[in-house]
Amino acid sequence: MSEIDLGFTPNEMMTIAASRALKNDDVCFVGIGAPSAACNVARLTHAPDITLIYESGTIGTAPHILPLSIGDGELCETAVTTVAVPEMFRYWLQGGRITIGFLGAAQLDKFGNINTTVIGDYAHPKTRLPGGGGAPEIATSSREVYITMAQSKRGMVEKIDFFTSFGHGEGGDHRKRLGIDTAGPSLLITDLAVWKPDRVTKEFTVVSLHPGVTREEVQATCGWEAKFAEALDETPAPTELELKTLRDLQARTKAAHAGTAKGKAA
Amino acid sequence: MVNFLPLKKAVAETLHDGDTVAFEGFTHLIPTAAAHEAIRQGFRDLTLIRMTPDLIYDQMIGMGMAKKIVFSYLGNPGVGLLRRVRDAIENGFPRPIEVEEHSHAGMANAYEAGAAGLPCAVFRGYRGAGLAAVNANIKSITCPFTGEVLAAVPAIRPDVTFIHAQKADRKGNVLVEGIIGIQKEAVLAAKRAVVTVEEVVDSFDDLHPNLTVLPNWTIAAISIVPGGSHPSYTHGYYERDNSAYLEWDEIAADRDRFQAWMQKNVIESSADDFAARVEHLRKAA
Repeated sequence: MSEIDLGFTPNEMMTIAASRALKNDDVCFVGIGAPSAACNVARLTHAPDITLIYESGTIGTAPHILPLSIGDGELCETAVTTVAVPEMFRYWLQGGRITIGFLGAAQLDKFGNINTTVIGDYAHPKTRLPGGGGAPEIATSSREVYITMAQSKRGMVEKIDFFTSFGHGEGGDHRKRLGIDTAGPSLLITDLAVWKPDRVTKEFTVVSLHPGVTREEVQATCGWEAKFAEALDETPAPTELELKTLRDLQARTKAAHAGTAKGKAA
Repeated sequence: MVNFLPLKKAVAETLHDGDTVAFEGFTHLIPTAAAHEAIRQGFRDLTLIRMTPDLIYDQMIGMGMAKKIVFSYLGNPGVGLLRRVRDAIENGFPRPIEVEEHSHAGMANAYEAGAAGLPCAVFRGYRGAGLAAVNANIKSITCPFTGEVLAAVPAIRPDVTFIHAQKADRKGNVLVEGIIGIQKEAVLAAKRAVVTVEEVVDSFDDLHPNLTVLPNWTIAAISIVPGGSHPSYTHGYYERDNSAYLEWDEIAADRDRFQAWMQKNVIESSADDFAARVEHLRKAA
């Protein structure tokens, strides 16, 4: 008998499916939020030696809890080394040391282009979002880019409002034409499915549905006409170890952040 | 040469209306006390530079002090958006604000170029990125050796840089450790630098030889402000007040609530109030 409830939420499936994509010898530049949870589940399960890097300069970090920001003290305390931000971007990212850039997205199109800058016109935005931070160069200097986000019609759109991070542009060889020699987005993991770019057009195509998910559900939460691979797989359900690892991590994180919740703002 | 000054005097002597100023800190060591002092002194028409503007620039912009902001990530880290900055950009309230937006790589390179005394920074960046089309300061340059087209941005040279650090020795040399961010470059790029520190110790003789130490002759003034980076944190002294960042999201969402909060916690407050704000965040000895 299993000790824990093996039922799982779509978000748990997303995080665990994303974690499985990471290898033990990867050097991963970690975006905050969903990517951060997936990267740490990978580290705590099948990829104990993975190098996790956050843009605050922490290299080879192994946080006991998930950080709230990319610069939490926990990241520095558990890192192999912490370098200055210019060094981070010049030597480690631009220098070609990062195998996987792991990004989230506010708006995403079918070619893996990401918008986290504005909704509406740039000069007169309807909503001013935080912007790119490290993402524009993570997207072009990492050898490959993985993207993870929950599906919604607002998030997965035919046309993004702003090119914060370049994916495959208009598709095909657009990266190459701009002088970008890295692979770009090679994997998209949502709460419903696993997507990979078509070899020629570079359009994201569903290659695996999460357990119990239908094609119709994928299409209903996607703003472009979704393409499906001929041989469609089913994503293996989370294992007991994966679920326990993720839930323990989230429980530790919640307890730790509640611990500083007695403070007064200033 | 460096002067040890009360924060009020340090800010009054170094910052002026219309200055280009950086209050730097990359999540860690954010110079909140210095920013609050600048707010109390009511400077106008500032150009605010920072890679990761968070609460303090939300506060300064909400108080109408800035004419322009230069940045690469405009968020409340781990929480969401900056609502006072949004109000300024989306609605021109309390005044319209000019925006110059970069990527982290662009800003980091530009600060480094400033510290290095170069007119511009050259790096592999902004390829395919929309920012190059909306920011006239993002240009390109061709490598004379390989023909590779690279990005170029002007060096950042602030009139004043403010940072917070762990400690100074009696001679005014300053130690920064933990997530050191862009602080060293921001200080060396500036015409004048002001550092708030948690404490002053007799000497740095027992430090590891490769730590980040800013020699006293690179700094105009040091102010001793325990807790001066709250609600950010100071590695080795106190933890990040995550709840304050969550709470700020609600305070800043409403113009009147924001004003009331600023009146009570900044205008009618002083640098001496910071120590008490971090008391519960210090690790048990």
